[in-house]
Amino acid sequence: MDVIGKSVPRKESPDKVTGRAKYTGDSMETGLLHARMAASPYAHARIVKVDTSHAWGIQGVRAIITGDFCDVLTGEEIRDRPILAKDKVRYFGETVAVVVADSEVSAKRAADAIHIQYDPLPVVNSPAAAIEKNAPLVHENMMSYEKAIGVASIPGTNIPSLIKIRKGDMEQGWRECGTIIENTVSFAPSDHSAMETRSALAEISPDGRIHIETSSQAPFAVKKYMGLYFNIEQGRIRVKTPLVGGGYGGKAAIQLELIAYLASKAVGGRKVKIVNTREEDMVTSPAHIGLEARVKLGCTDEGKIRAAEIVYLFDGGAYCDKSSDVARAAAADCTGPYAIEHLHCDCYTVYTNHPYATAYRGYGHAELTFAMERALDVLAEKAGLDPLELRLRNAVVPGNTSPTRNVLTASNLGNLQACIGRLRILAEWDDWKIKTIDSHKIRAKGISCCWKNSSMDPNASSGAVISFNADASVNVESGVVEIGTGTKTVLAQMVAERMKMAPEHVHVRIRVNTMITPEHWKTVASRGTFMAGRAVLEAADDAIAQLLRIAACVLRTDPEELELGYGKIYVKADPSIHIKVKDICYGYTYPSGNSIGGQIIGRGSYMQSRMTYLDPHTGEGRPGPEWNVAAQAVEVELDTREYRYKILKAISVIDAGKVLNPKGAEGQVMGAMSMGLGFAGRESFLFDGQGVVLNASLRDYTLIRYGEHPDYVVEFVETPCVEAPFGARALGEHGLIGMPAALASALSRAAGVRLNELPLIPELIWRLKAGMPHDSD
Amino acid sequence: MEDREGCQVIVNLRVNDEIRSAVARPADTLLDVLREKLGLTGAKPGCKNGDCGACTVLVDGWPQKSCLVLAVEAVGQWITTIEGLKDTPIQRAFIEQWAFQCGYCTPGFIMNSHGLIQHHPNANDETIKDWLSSNICRCTGYREIKDAVTSVLKEK
Repeated sequence: MDVIGKSVPRKESPDKVTGRAKYTGDSMETGLLHARMAASPYAHARIVKVDTSHAWGIQGVRAIITGDFCDVLTGEEIRDRPILAKDKVRYFGETVAVVVADSEVSAKRAADAIHIQYDPLPVVNSPAAAIEKNAPLVHENMMSYEKAIGVASIPGTNIPSLIKIRKGDMEQGWRECGTIIENTVSFAPSDHSAMETRSALAEISPDGRIHIETSSQAPFAVKKYMGLYFNIEQGRIRVKTPLVGGGYGGKAAIQLELIAYLASKAVGGRKVKIVNTREEDMVTSPAHIGLEARVKLGCTDEGKIRAAEIVYLFDGGAYCDKSSDVARAAAADCTGPYAIEHLHCDCYTVYTNHPYATAYRGYGHAELTFAMERALDVLAEKAGLDPLELRLRNAVVPGNTSPTRNVLTASNLGNLQACIGRLRILAEWDDWKIKTIDSHKIRAKGISCCWKNSSMDPNASSGAVISFNADASVNVESGVVEIGTGTKTVLAQMVAERMKMAPEHVHVRIRVNTMITPEHWKTVASRGTFMAGRAVLEAADDAIAQLLRIAACVLRTDPEELELGYGKIYVKADPSIHIKVKDICYGYTYPSGNSIGGQIIGRGSYMQSRMTYLDPHTGEGRPGPEWNVAAQAVEVELDTREYRYKILKAISVIDAGKVLNPKGAEGQVMGAMSMGLGFAGRESFLFDGQGVVLNASLRDYTLIRYGEHPDYVVEFVETPCVEAPFGARALGEHGLIGMPAALASALSRAAGVRLNELPLIPELIWRLKAGMPHDSD
Repeated sequence: MEDREGCQVIVNLRVNDEIRSAVARPADTLLDVLREKLGLTGAKPGCKNGDCGACTVLVDGWPQKSCLVLAVEAVGQWITTIEGLKDTPIQRAFIEQWAFQCGYCTPGFIMNSHGLIQHHPNANDETIKDWLSSNICRCTGYREIKDAVTSVLKEK
């Protein structure tokens, strides 16, 4: 392979180091109107009165809208969310009113001048509180909402979704176990914190066509759902997305686009721009899900895990958005990458008065992995087994079945044992696990294993078009959004490899315009290289077939006798007989002037095959095409006086199937590890007793900064996935998934306590060491 | 109600070796004037609170978070934005070392790194950390940024 496996630089690199790169918020024009929001200061309250009279007095105000402006309920799994709060607010930061004005300053001043009178209601401030008997209901009319297939709500509760996974015979399972443990974990919702806050522009043409520009990972979903919500033909909605400044799942949700649309509608269709402040981006727009979980595990005297009983309580926040689907993905992979024959898992999504949750890198898997891996550590300790050995003995292998009862193969699983084997060496696991450095410094390591199946809508698809330029270079059009993952560069590599040409001659279009770009379902779930990859390869094959047909005519032979490569089409048996691609890619002209062919345009599309919904009683089904596995470790140095710690080293060994772009792949994994360590060590919304988020700014919600990062060790195992382009597996999320569990394991070992909560701040360790209960308020 | 919108001033700024003129409110930040009035959108808003560094520009050669500077304060000073850097070693190093993914924090990181290299051509790890910890990158794990900066410092 000439191009695949090489670190081809990102196509958009020169733009990104010169300030030329344009993001949605960089879009400015004269006459543009600006919108700003008024947000709820309460987590749960009745809206008594909204007084806009003062706000109207601000110069430049063109419209003020409140919940009465639009009756539509939105949501992909459950249609439970008004675009602007109506009658009551359900979370701190919820949008109550929107002002449209000539300038952002006027809009902001007017938004601040709106007087909203609230009547506070009792707050549901945790998943445990949500399922208490007589808990206040976040949604009184939950059962009347429209729901997607497979969403099972429990009437009269705060439980919009329960997913059940059942396998084997629990009684028999427990009987086989010599050691049984139970462990609980919890963490509150947190934030994606992409450096680019979300932004959107909307305009409505006189004929009713809707034009949206948005910093979205899912412009095609914006088109689909806006059509659905507002009962508009999808063809009349055009969504454009330029470069996106980080997504991590948070920009797959549809939220600000809807506000921008209503704002435009309120001013007769004029173009309106709305850009989240950082604070709004953290709490008003959807967040990262929280979890409370209980895991009961048992193993035989030989260390074989035979039975697991798992309860996941996902904190979906005030509205469902994707949380019940995150829960579905977590339920489908609920055991982590271990073969457990007797399995009982109840996976709840609950409503609380917290910011509502959407997708987050890992899609439920960092969460389930934290719960499972912490339990595995307890089991290893009680059974007197080495934690790595316990994982190795129970690691899934081809022939095992998944919790959803799919038979696992080398192709659809990868090789976890090989990952663990490499981790053992890279982490020097057998040399030491804990050691004293001096009188107050202890170093320790922790490990974790993970897997993830990228479950999406069963009919998700991706399309691609390849068109030739007269110089024999090609243009690739794909609906993948360039959110930082470098996928479009990798797609160019695939095309170059298949068409045997230089990657510099493959041009990719970065911007997505849903009117002309073939659909790519959503740029989520690490599916870009897989699905769009399959589509561009099909498009490349289509283009090649067209080239060969024309060349066969000119060279007076059959297409089967010909091959494409290095700018030429030549006769396989005698490569000296050939024609240049540039002489036929725009059609071929004979000396007489007669011409044949035309511009070569290849098309391709791919849809996942044989996906199914999960059985509502057992969870049986096929949620995604392949699981991908990884083994990870973290090494820490703990100060035993202050319980501060440094993360010295973080290791990931991932089965990548085939590494398509080494620098790109390594960067994805290191970035994911950093994000996972941030989530584990410091990131969490701090709620007061009334559900108010106390740290909605980057001053108080502290992300990992330069110099706080550990030494990263990233290694790949390559077990090809047969269905995937060049065998490449998903790897953009795995770096994150095991980090919280590995960090908690290392710190628990160093401190000599069981750390089962996130974030892992020194105070938490100190409280446990001192035997104090954690202050959950 | 008092009409504060009406109060605007003409601000003459020296940006990227050009004198640029803009009409702005006295309360407008340098960031907003650069972006909205001068079309220099390379400096990015990430928090408008001085926390993330995405809006970093050089003012008389020193990195400044342009969201924390009023445009009127910057009058008479030499302002360099990412658009003013042309094929510098640090820009090349960011590409070669894969020091960005989504690219949103990149202009701020490059301006800060460029200032660092100018002022401390022999910077050690501690100095680099001291300077670069004022910016946030959410995509990379920072190693590539470190590699980019140290590769340029080594060349010097």
